[in-house]
Amino acid sequence: MTDSAQKMTEDLLRPLLVTSWRFYVVVLVLFGIVLLGVGAFAYQVDRGIGVWGLNWPVFWAFDITNFVFWIGISHAGTLISAILRLVNAGWRRPVTRCAEVITAFALMIGAMFPIVHLGRPWLFFWLMPYPTERQIWPNFRSPLVWDFFAISTYLTGSLLFLYLPTIPDFALVRDRTTGWRRKVYGALALGWRGTTRQWHRLESAMQIMAIAIIPVAVSVHTIVSFDFSMAIVPMWHSTIFGPYFVAGAIFSGIAALIIAMAALRKFLHLEAYLHPVHFENLGKLLLMMSLLWGYFVFAERLTTWYGNESSEMSVFWATQRGSYAPLYWTMVTVNFIVPVFILSFKKLRTVTGCVIASCGVVAGMWLERFLIIVPTLSHKYLSYSWGSYRPRIPEILLLIATFGAMGLLYVLFSKFVPIISIWELKVGEQPEIEDAEVTRDEASTLWRTNP
Amino acid sequence: MSHRWGMVVDLDRCTGCEACVVACHAENNIPTVGPAEAARGRAMHWLRVERYWEGEFPDVRLKFRPVLCQQCNAAPCEPVCPTYASHHTEEGLNAQVYNRCIGTRYCANACSYNVRFFNFFNPVWEKPLHLQLNPDVSLREVGVMEKCTFCVQRIKAKTQQVKAENRELKDGELKPACAQSCPATAILFGDLNDPESQVSRLSRSSRGEKLLEELGTLPNITYLKGQAEA
Repeated sequence: MTDSAQKMTEDLLRPLLVTSWRFYVVVLVLFGIVLLGVGAFAYQVDRGIGVWGLNWPVFWAFDITNFVFWIGISHAGTLISAILRLVNAGWRRPVTRCAEVITAFALMIGAMFPIVHLGRPWLFFWLMPYPTERQIWPNFRSPLVWDFFAISTYLTGSLLFLYLPTIPDFALVRDRTTGWRRKVYGALALGWRGTTRQWHRLESAMQIMAIAIIPVAVSVHTIVSFDFSMAIVPMWHSTIFGPYFVAGAIFSGIAALIIAMAALRKFLHLEAYLHPVHFENLGKLLLMMSLLWGYFVFAERLTTWYGNESSEMSVFWATQRGSYAPLYWTMVTVNFIVPVFILSFKKLRTVTGCVIASCGVVAGMWLERFLIIVPTLSHKYLSYSWGSYRPRIPEILLLIATFGAMGLLYVLFSKFVPIISIWELKVGEQPEIEDAEVTRDEASTLWRTNP
Repeated sequence: MSHRWGMVVDLDRCTGCEACVVACHAENNIPTVGPAEAARGRAMHWLRVERYWEGEFPDVRLKFRPVLCQQCNAAPCEPVCPTYASHHTEEGLNAQVYNRCIGTRYCANACSYNVRFFNFFNPVWEKPLHLQLNPDVSLREVGVMEKCTFCVQRIKAKTQQVKAENRELKDGELKPACAQSCPATAILFGDLNDPESQVSRLSRSSRGEKLLEELGTLPNITYLKGQAEA
């Protein structure tokens, strides 16, 4: 036991302590991609939103698609790891932190877009309630203001949810390092000594956060969907949007988690910790969400078609067999047909199979958000005012930069924080102490294992 | 007596000459964006004349419908604005406060009539156009939304003048630029709170209909259409 615990500590702390030249190259490349996005944003602020492809009547496109997409990705984490913790799924242990990190960073990236997309982004703080001598408050009837509250709550909650279980690991790093590392990690560890009392408090806090974060996560994407469904606009004004968006968010979140885990497994050599069984289990979850997503799309499309309301049918046919049909059927293929096929067969539910399915799902879910926004806006009621949309380079750069930012933040995080929860893994190594009450004391001993 | 401003557009009278469009641009300092931007769909016409063809070739009829902000009483653009830039005035207008607008463009997406326009760039007036700007109307900068105001500057000026002269506003005395310039008098403007005003009487006409009435936006503009012909 001690040997395996020691090996575990060494393996999982190695990325923090040993830096290869590859790390610098990756960071530089990703940083360059992020800089491209920053440049595109600066150009847009200087000239105006007109440098994008937006027009009358398509006033939202890539900007809000990115927003919804990244907020969706953020549901990977916290929600999945909270559920897996609450049901005490043993296989969750090496997975939870990877997932929680995605949440925190995807939220940060997604939450940029309500600011980036503004015509006058320097006035973004008018979306927040703040004391001013003019006593002007934001309009609490506006779903954009609801977004502000929902996202800031979720971001606060998910940062806490990420931080709490990291505290014992920070302390572990503190105790095994010297110099600046010892100081920084010591501060982050908040004086963790691994006493029974501390374990007890940590456990209670995590339990509370795991329960609290689930309704918050569900409400966040419901409120994001309200940005559309509150407006009397064809194919937006729909009661299905809340659960449809939440399901889509979890769907894309699991896909992102699988991709991130596969990358970590390969580049940080964590094959011994992220087993094929983890991918297999997440693959099953992805399969379930894919089926659920397909069900939502079917329910939405069938009721629209059967109802045959003229303004909605304009949007319906534009996506089904009009100019957006190639994108639409690509989405159906990569979100439903391909993942259901791959993930239904145990033989194909391998690491590679899961990653292929997940890449499709991530692309497909981005397309889904695009196809909710643009065909509707270009086919609103009065046919004289119909339009179309074609993206231009600055908004494409911004989209690419979001992925660069995600990669960069992820790489940096896994450089400075153990990306797999070491203490939770050690607890998990002891099948006889799975019981929560014992865990506390045993964890204490295990955590101290400091050969 | 408080006012509730309304408009009646007689589609049988409209010839599609677009004098109203030109007058609106001139009165309200609406920039022209140039051919390249217009081709991208960035043209700004607070008032546009929509053309619809009816019938099969060669028996085709061309129909015109001037479309401007319908000044809805239950406007979809208003509740969605996070900063109250788009809001309802006591006189029933959908006002747009340019200085308060941060450019979410949500109002334009929520608007059922697509009558809101966005300043994608800072507007420019090539010489000598800069000399014809209306001093009563503020210029809008990049990143803000703008739309038909029912020529609120004329409403303000006229109601103040009437008050100073200590008299009631006469029906037809106050006209927005589009109504004033319409050679066919297809556009009429007035106070819907005055039951005897021309717009009040005509908006009760059996020829009247609201645009997209089924959406329940309660527009203050009534379109008149002949009923005899099929």
